Amino acid sequence: MTLKIAVVGLGKMGLSHFAIVNAHAMTETVACDASGFLTDGIRRYAKLPVYRDYDEMLAKEKLDAVLIATPSRLHAPMVRKALEAGLHVFCEKPFCLDWNDSEALTKLAEARGRVTQVGYHYRYVGAFREMKRIVESGALGTITHVLAEAYGPVVLRPKGATWRTDRAEGGGCLYDYAAHPLNLLNWYFGEPEGVSGTVLAPIFSAETDDEVYSTLHWPGGMSAHLSVNWSDESHRKMSTKITMTGTNGRLYADRQECQLYLREPVPALPGYGRGWNVRYTTELTAPVDFYLRGEEYSAQIDDFVRAAAAGAGATLNDFASATVTDRTIAMMLADRETKATRSRAAPAVAAPRRRSWFGR
Amino acid sequence: MAGMQIDRLLFGDNQFFGINHMSEEKARAQAMRFQDTAAIIRVLDAAMEEGVRTFMCTTHDRIAEICDHMRANPAKYRDFRFYPCMPYAHKYANAVTEHGMIGAALHFMPDDGVFRTALRGATSLATKDIEGIIKILIDVEMKMFRGLSTPVIFLQNVIVDLILGMGMTEVFAIFHEHVRKKYGAEPGFITMNMPRLYHALTGIGIENPIICANINKIGFRTCGGLDAYAEVMRNGRLRAIAMSIFASGAIPPREAIAWLATLPNLEAVVFGASSRANIAATKALVDEYLGAGA
Repeated sequence: MTLKIAVVGLGKMGLSHFAIVNAHAMTETVACDASGFLTDGIRRYAKLPVYRDYDEMLAKEKLDAVLIATPSRLHAPMVRKALEAGLHVFCEKPFCLDWNDSEALTKLAEARGRVTQVGYHYRYVGAFREMKRIVESGALGTITHVLAEAYGPVVLRPKGATWRTDRAEGGGCLYDYAAHPLNLLNWYFGEPEGVSGTVLAPIFSAETDDEVYSTLHWPGGMSAHLSVNWSDESHRKMSTKITMTGTNGRLYADRQECQLYLREPVPALPGYGRGWNVRYTTELTAPVDFYLRGEEYSAQIDDFVRAAAAGAGATLNDFASATVTDRTIAMMLADRETKATRSRAAPAVAAPRRRSWFGR
Repeated sequence: MAGMQIDRLLFGDNQFFGINHMSEEKARAQAMRFQDTAAIIRVLDAAMEEGVRTFMCTTHDRIAEICDHMRANPAKYRDFRFYPCMPYAHKYANAVTEHGMIGAALHFMPDDGVFRTALRGATSLATKDIEGIIKILIDVEMKMFRGLSTPVIFLQNVIVDLILGMGMTEVFAIFHEHVRKKYGAEPGFITMNMPRLYHALTGIGIENPIICANINKIGFRTCGGLDAYAEVMRNGRLRAIAMSIFASGAIPPREAIAWLATLPNLEAVVFGASSRANIAATKALVDEYLGAGA
């Protein structure tokens, strides 16, 4: 079975997707990019059909699916056209800048019975999948708090202007970086009931945020702190990590490993004993047929291609689940607009205590 | 290249630059330990004294400092060789986010080049001479090694696998030609997809290629499957260099290297170590199982 799929938008993510899609055994690939910067090179060296115009391509090619990796602002209208043409759709993250579009497109895809996916690739990282399994086993007891972090060296000086550095275009640290740990939180715990204390602040950028902090609240009292900064040179590349604190232990995961401290072992999680348990990427990662930058990028496309070729099936990250992340982002943007209460309560003063030689 | 001899054991550089596929904590500790270039040079000196004299390194900015040191001590490093691996991909990826695709290309072009002017008005890479741009980017990366021995020059896996996946295999020929003609060196290719790359290279007439890939007993990141790797090594004509031989510590050293000895067509092994004791231990195992090289 062959899936005829067009990769639309050959920027940083689009090129990588294009290579992975094209290397997949079940695909026939078409490329589309408005800029022409790379289309001639692909036409000349890869010898594949290439279009500059999206509408022309939809009209001329008999496609089964599209992968949209254009600037975020263009996702909603392009996804709509693809769904109306009856195609399965993979869309790069974030899904839509307006969550109303996300909901409408989710409904449209459901009505048409199309396979959908959004490129939140961290759900395909072995350690974060293991974290999901551990959370669902209940081994942590009651989870009271989560710390979700992402740091990396993207904007390190006050210059440069692309769509990625303009929030109106869907750029900035919130959409580019913070969306990833938020999407993991949504995967593990669903949509929060509220957010507070949101800080979206520039460090070097003129038009957008470079650091993002927020507190998210779930029913039942669990809270999460989000701490994200893409102007952090101390990290070699994007580093995403989640730490969970529960009544029966503590769980940490990043791309390389998953560390669980269990106070008491639980039958629902065989193989994990009392105290520290560490699982590494070498044992948590399933092999892929073609590798570029990480197994997760290939695994998410393989998931989509197989479901779309079969004409139906769920992916780990369908439009409905990405809509939850878009709504969470919208909550943070709204919270940021509300004026923070900067209470300057009188600092409580402890009663003076006589210090002795031993009491320090 | 006739007479070109690759040492059996090559020294890698991941440990110096905070790259560890097992643990971010360990990676950070290593980054701290080696943030002073003198600390890297001490390890390279120890490697040389143990008989490991080829340094396979990314064209990271800090490698330039090591090159300066080697040039300043020509007698001491007379037999030392670099196998540059280009480009350092994160440098480019971050630049694309900051400047966009054309902006990033401009960012790395020499200030006075004609291509800088050409790219400014770029609407199409092909008409702006893709071949010329690739050659300039190679030359920019090679600048830091001037006057030093670089008998093999590698294209890094992110770029190799991107080109491979996109099906633009003829681009490999541009690299191949330029490295041979301008630097008198052998081109090498690093990949996570060895069987597919081997067939792509031989398909465009690059014979007996030097290919460096993960080759380890547990099949960690041997994409296409360990069986396909073994098949290519058995029946293909290539010079294979094994990396990630311990699979980030998942395989005990003796077991890992004893297994490598069972493979045909294995030219060399690349490994990373931070201490003289580890270098000596790996060298002894490689001598025992793989011999010192032809």
